[in-house]
Amino acid sequence: MKTFEYRAATGVGDGLEPGAMFLAGGTNLVDLMKLGIATPDVLVDVRGLVPDEITELPDGGLRIGAGVRNSDLAADPRVRTRYPVLSEALLAGASGQLRNMATTGGNLLQRTRCRYFMDATKPCNKHTPGSGCPAREGDHRNLAILGGSDACIATHPSDMAVALAALDAVVETSARRIPLTGLHRLPGDAPERDTVLDHGELITAVTLPALPMAATSGYRKARDRASYAFAVGSVAAALDVEDGVVRDVRLAWGAVAPKPWRARLAEEQLRGRPATRESFLAAADIELEDSRVLRDNAYKIGLMRNLTAWMLEKLAGVTR
Amino acid sequence: MSATVPSAVGSPLARLEGPLKVTGAAKYAAEYPQDDIAYGWIVPSPVPRGRLIDVITDPTDDAVAVLWHGNAPEIAAADDPELAVLQSERISYRGQPVALVVADTLEAARYAARTLRLEIEAEEHDAVLRIDHPDLYTPEKVNPAFPAESMMGDPDQEVLVDVVYSTPALHNNPMEPHATIARWDGDQLTVFDSNQHPSGIAATLGQVFGVENVRVITEHVGGGFGSKGTARPNAVLAALAAKVTGRPVKVVVTRQQMFSIVGHRTPTVQRIRLGADRDGTMTVIDHQAYSQSSRLLEFAEQTAVSTRHMYAAPNRRTGHHLVRLDMPTPRWMRAPGEAPGMFALECAVDELAAELGMDPIELRIRNEPSAEPESGTPFTSRHYVDCLRQGAERFGWAGRDPRPRQRREGDWWIGTGVAGATYPTMAQPSAARVSALPDGRFEVAIGAADLGTGARTILTQIAADALGVGVDRIAIRIGDSSLPQASVAGGSSGSASWGWAVTGACRALRENGGDQAVFDTTELIEQQEKDGRHAFGAHFAEVRVDAVTGEVRVSRLFGMYTAGRILNPRTARSQFLGGMIMGMGMALHEEGVLDPAFGEWVNNDLAGYHIPAHADVEEIDAAWLDEHDEQINPMGSKGIGEIGIVGSPAAIVNAIWHATGIRVRDLPVRLDKLLDEFR
Repeated sequence: MKTFEYRAATGVGDGLEPGAMFLAGGTNLVDLMKLGIATPDVLVDVRGLVPDEITELPDGGLRIGAGVRNSDLAADPRVRTRYPVLSEALLAGASGQLRNMATTGGNLLQRTRCRYFMDATKPCNKHTPGSGCPAREGDHRNLAILGGSDACIATHPSDMAVALAALDAVVETSARRIPLTGLHRLPGDAPERDTVLDHGELITAVTLPALPMAATSGYRKARDRASYAFAVGSVAAALDVEDGVVRDVRLAWGAVAPKPWRARLAEEQLRGRPATRESFLAAADIELEDSRVLRDNAYKIGLMRNLTAWMLEKLAGVTR
Repeated sequence: MSATVPSAVGSPLARLEGPLKVTGAAKYAAEYPQDDIAYGWIVPSPVPRGRLIDVITDPTDDAVAVLWHGNAPEIAAADDPELAVLQSERISYRGQPVALVVADTLEAARYAARTLRLEIEAEEHDAVLRIDHPDLYTPEKVNPAFPAESMMGDPDQEVLVDVVYSTPALHNNPMEPHATIARWDGDQLTVFDSNQHPSGIAATLGQVFGVENVRVITEHVGGGFGSKGTARPNAVLAALAAKVTGRPVKVVVTRQQMFSIVGHRTPTVQRIRLGADRDGTMTVIDHQAYSQSSRLLEFAEQTAVSTRHMYAAPNRRTGHHLVRLDMPTPRWMRAPGEAPGMFALECAVDELAAELGMDPIELRIRNEPSAEPESGTPFTSRHYVDCLRQGAERFGWAGRDPRPRQRREGDWWIGTGVAGATYPTMAQPSAARVSALPDGRFEVAIGAADLGTGARTILTQIAADALGVGVDRIAIRIGDSSLPQASVAGGSSGSASWGWAVTGACRALRENGGDQAVFDTTELIEQQEKDGRHAFGAHFAEVRVDAVTGEVRVSRLFGMYTAGRILNPRTARSQFLGGMIMGMGMALHEEGVLDPAFGEWVNNDLAGYHIPAHADVEEIDAAWLDEHDEQINPMGSKGIGEIGIVGSPAAIVNAIWHATGIRVRDLPVRLDKLLDEFR
């Protein structure tokens, strides 16, 4: 039978032999191994290696070690006051037990929960390149309306990553620094690759730049039950309004695309505009112009308009 | 035996096995250590229809045995063709067990199962239930033995409500999966098996393997909801593999496999037509139910049967239409028939009330029958109207604005809804034995299964009262087929059936003296009238619907029941609430998502198949009215395991209409079905 070797990582820059994978909290990877989707020859446990502390940066930002548990990150008083969107996103995700195990780095690298990807007996271009995408005709109610391709319409499942995308977070790896919004790839014709990371490249930390406006930020997630469910649509936003006019805004969407979706078109549209529901809806519409819907996921357009307008109105203190 | 001992029945005795369960000491089927055990892994068919030509094993795998129809020993047919495992080349549905890999470890078995090469001749398949499917037919009877059709008067006249509802495939998903450890000692077969009917499983396995001596041990069960009522393929596969390998073999069904091989609730499509005079007197009730079964077996859900018992109307018709598809065999799932049928009927009654501009409770009360509406048999007891009236009072129904979409608080649309509930009162033949022990206690023995509902506790209470002693003097033994035979823990009939036998045995010992007495209820139950016996209830829901997202929250759910004498208020409340929460799942969350191309429900785990989480359950309560019905059984009890899921989905969906003005007739009510209507 298929066995695998398990060992503790010894150095950040050690890299990985072919067939090896990093293991952190294991909340997704171990499931995928049981399902036969991930079949590593070697698991290299990085829990003793990557930092698990949150430290202050000189510019007023924070550096979050890749090993920081989701539950610890959500509870950190600095995160809660300076970046409430991140704390809210984390607490909207998974369950208490999973948040206690899951790490910052691992959360970013979790894979789609598309039903076809999770089933080794079915075709899927992500788990078996070239085998096809049954989701287009089959179950795609919760799959992508933005950024997908003919080969893949999987969505990235993380809540945390959506908040980080809005916050201009930067991912530090063993080799380089990558803006979080550049970490995940769009599928194109190679959906098997989720991120730009090279084999053996290890996420060591995520940094949050100082962003005073993030004190006025929030996360809202719509889902099919009240807790313990992936988003069917989510919004992370930070807003700076002066005299009824949007000075600056950060906006990112979850559960609509193969990556946490930074809504830059909407942001550009909003800067300098009145902080009104009409502006917010118009901005969402611009971002949604390129959306491609299938039989069962068109509802996400209305959902994202509503969520976006609701969140920005709330942050702007607008009363209807 | 003192006459001054206070009654144990009716007291809120805590579950006797509670401490064992919370400390992890209670043993479930897969947890009995066996020397030299081997592990079986079920290989499911990857196609929904075809022939399995060959199975090619990777010689480098560490399999002890790979069983398939090409090499498996022949076994005798059972009543259930699903149990003829590995006996035929024919593949009847995707997920059907086509091979069993046996290995020294679970991991080796799983891996070898994945690397098997199945040579299959696939055929075109048909997986979709449609109301216009050309192969629909009317079955001779519906589960278990009701006529498929009924008719009175002229139901074809004009009606006020003519609507179609649909419910998806629902999957039982007990927390403990189906699991079996089987061991042969010569011709003696011992199985540790998770099921609802140890006596029945033992009889079935004896028949299949042609042996007399079968013992089924089922000490604790982590839920079943109907899916463990009869032997499932895992029990036969484990026994088969143990026979071939000469070792004890354990087979645990994976969560994914549970979506196809242990039964599920069929999807339904239901057309309901209701006619009424302007004063609310119903003139026509017509309920036509469409459901599916597999190629292997006709299982016809009795979806429209509860409609025969609910409301008076001179012109009435019920009918069942079935199509056999290349899909898994549907089976019993908590209130089979009543749960989907009463969803449709009770929503349609709500639509009729709106059409008439009448309060939906008043409409129901106006159509209360004085006897069984179709047979004319008197009810032994029926307090449905009391449930509606008193439930309404406790819930705070008075003064409700009947118009939809009138209450808004912030982003929330708020509404309330009501629906009726009913469940047949049944008992099935069982036997019990009571023995006086030297230490002054009494051993009460019956081969019943406790699914976690409190059966063990209630039987102890019943025995204590029947013997006139305290519960501390009762030593209860259940969960073993070597004990006197007991009926299935199903149909909400367990307590009535087993309690009757236990009461009989205890009374016999008390009256006749001696060290031991046995009592069998078979004759008494055969003589009993079956018609006109039901529990009733009314469900009330208050929902909030988020105008931004369409998300639904059930802020209040209340059930008011009349279900005979309540034997133990603590475990009874738990049963009622559990049923109501499952009803909430049916209304809002649960759906087997069919991919017709694969002939499979693709969301086959508990991350994809949602049931309510704790956060979904806000304020929930159940209450009951005292009901003394001496005709039904010596305890005067009616079943309570299923009535909580009957009507509670309709109450929630009716409340959603009241909140939003949107009638969703296709379960589950998820946000996308409401959101589009908001814009």
